[in-house]
Amino acid sequence: MRNRSLLILTTAVTAGALTLTACGSRDDKGGAENGDNGNVTVTIGLDAPLTGELSALGLGIKNSADLAVKTANKKAYVKGVTFKLESLDDQAQPSSGQQNATKFVADKSVLGVVGPLNSGVAESMQKVFDDAKLVQVSPANTNPALSQGPNWASGDKKRGYKSYFRTATTDAIQGPFAAQYVFKDAKKTKAFIIDDKKTYGAGLAGTFKGEFEKLGGKVVGTQHINPDTKDFSAVATQVKSSGADVVYYGGEYPAGGPLAKQIKAAGAKVTVVGGDAIFSPEYVKLASPASAEGDFATSVGAPIESLASAKEFLANYKAENYKEAYEAYGGYAYDSTWAIIEAVKKAVEGNGGKLPERAKVVEAMQGVSFEGVTGSVAFDEFGDTTNKQLTVYKVTGGAFKPVKSGTFGG
Amino acid sequence: MNELPQQLVNGLLLGSMYGLVAVGYTMVYGIVQLINFAHGEIFMTGGFGALTVWLILPGGTSLWVALPLMIIGAVLVATTIAVGAERFAYRPLRGGPRLAPLITAIGLSLALQQAVWAWYPEAKSARTFPQIPGGPIELGPVTIQTGDVFLLIAAPICMGFLAFFVMRTRTGRGMQATAQDPDTAKLMGVNTDRIITIAFALGAAFAAVGAVAYGLKYGVVDYKMGFLLGLKAFTAAVLGGIGNIYGAMIGGVVLGIAETLATAYIAHIPGMQQLGGQSWADVWAFVLLIVVLLARPQGLLGERVADRA
Repeated sequence: MRNRSLLILTTAVTAGALTLTACGSRDDKGGAENGDNGNVTVTIGLDAPLTGELSALGLGIKNSADLAVKTANKKAYVKGVTFKLESLDDQAQPSSGQQNATKFVADKSVLGVVGPLNSGVAESMQKVFDDAKLVQVSPANTNPALSQGPNWASGDKKRGYKSYFRTATTDAIQGPFAAQYVFKDAKKTKAFIIDDKKTYGAGLAGTFKGEFEKLGGKVVGTQHINPDTKDFSAVATQVKSSGADVVYYGGEYPAGGPLAKQIKAAGAKVTVVGGDAIFSPEYVKLASPASAEGDFATSVGAPIESLASAKEFLANYKAENYKEAYEAYGGYAYDSTWAIIEAVKKAVEGNGGKLPERAKVVEAMQGVSFEGVTGSVAFDEFGDTTNKQLTVYKVTGGAFKPVKSGTFGG
Repeated sequence: MNELPQQLVNGLLLGSMYGLVAVGYTMVYGIVQLINFAHGEIFMTGGFGALTVWLILPGGTSLWVALPLMIIGAVLVATTIAVGAERFAYRPLRGGPRLAPLITAIGLSLALQQAVWAWYPEAKSARTFPQIPGGPIELGPVTIQTGDVFLLIAAPICMGFLAFFVMRTRTGRGMQATAQDPDTAKLMGVNTDRIITIAFALGAAFAAVGAVAYGLKYGVVDYKMGFLLGLKAFTAAVLGGIGNIYGAMIGGVVLGIAETLATAYIAHIPGMQQLGGQSWADVWAFVLLIVVLLARPQGLLGERVADRA
């Protein structure tokens, strides 16, 4: 009998494990309350990595979207409509992203979705949203293929999904912009290019390489890393012996930080350069401030602290006392959410004050145009933002500081 | 510049860490024929145990004072969890179908991972680990980081201790006897339950030392660090001949060096460009495992069954 009771205990442990796992995907019912003054409630979905390694960026997106929803409700921006934010966690996994997309589609009150952070996750969600004619606005996806089709690099641009929009500019611009800065301003000529083989990282590294070679720079080595491991010593040794003076990393900060640290510890005299996914204080922390000093990152848009249009956002964000910082995509997340609010407003007005079908919101989104936190927000024929500004940030004194803003000249 | 010596050292360091964790797999398997899939997570909790000690020590404590305490903290946490798991999750199922404890192990591994994720403060993303101060040591063409010095010293000491323990002490002989034939060992007066508990505790202590080495080497610990590393260490144990403690260490080193060399050189072989690079290193590690198992099903050192412990 004693044995049996212990067997039950064991079963309980296993069951407990499964329950705990389920906890991880628990829905977050945060956000605004239901409208109780006779208004209809429109739900805006939000999908981002709220836990896991990329959660710093994801929580910044969530808080900023939450702020946009609260602001719209406070101002009663759309008459008769109360907005509510429903956020789901994708843990940066394409499979979770797709499940979340299915959940949003099934909820009839959802008229638009903000997110996701990762291009790879967006890939898995696009079709689900497009089939349901549910509009999606990403604040952070930068892979060009998402809006311009898989053959965009050869000039054959084709929009795959009419419901997909984004407020972040693409890597077709970001990679070359970084290459120009590295070659012309930082005067580096020998690059070692590393990527993490993901949709975002490989795409970005590819566009950097093309422009860098065109300018006359030399690529002295390439590597693809597995971002799940932490041991990059073999790659670091290769970088050192290649004689490179710059490393371009296409990937995200959880692997980028340790990679930069190990490359520099190996004794390579290089500057590490990456895209918007390493533009985070977490990168400096993981790479250790001393060895990250002098590294560059490009990011979409201008630093929002310097924009007049962002003053109100910054003040309101502070007033709400969010626990986490807005990070790299806060302004874009706010603008993405606001774009959905504008599109809903337009669609409601075009429908005699009644709630429109989802397809009408998609239609309205194409014509949205307003002054957002990050500058003027509008979308071109592919659903990409018309705001093509980028900024180079350099680690100085243990933090990223803007050094040059501009638009890519081609 | 010839990078081969450096790459071999990189592989040796990575492999020593695999070896420290692999010992736990191999000892438990040798005695109770259980593949303890939660061992990677026991390694991870060891890392968090060391971090906790560092966090509760007053700020500004020298690492030289803190490090021994951190190792003790890591070992305490990891062994407590391992012994608890053995007592409450595996022992009740001993004698039952082989699959039952295996599934429990997988459940336990998930539970430990999620428990740290949910309850350890700020463990939802990577937590920084203290670093050994000072610059790298240059030895001719080879550079050794300060963080790796710990691993270089700790791995041989641990292995020497284990060899002494298993071969020379009464308890160690009891382990060998239990590994050969638990029933007969029991009849000869060996307390097999105690022996099994000791095997779990020893394996966990080694994993804990490995986790401190991991933290010092990479500067971070996170709740997912045990999964991939545990899988690799298990591979190392099989490669060396599961059940053989020397095999675990050798398997670890062979695996580490194979991965490193695959990363550095496979892409240079004509026609293999697409199959090289660090992201392929795991594939080559498993190709090596399959080749060894085809040629020597018992693993590199697995032939002397009598010495299993």
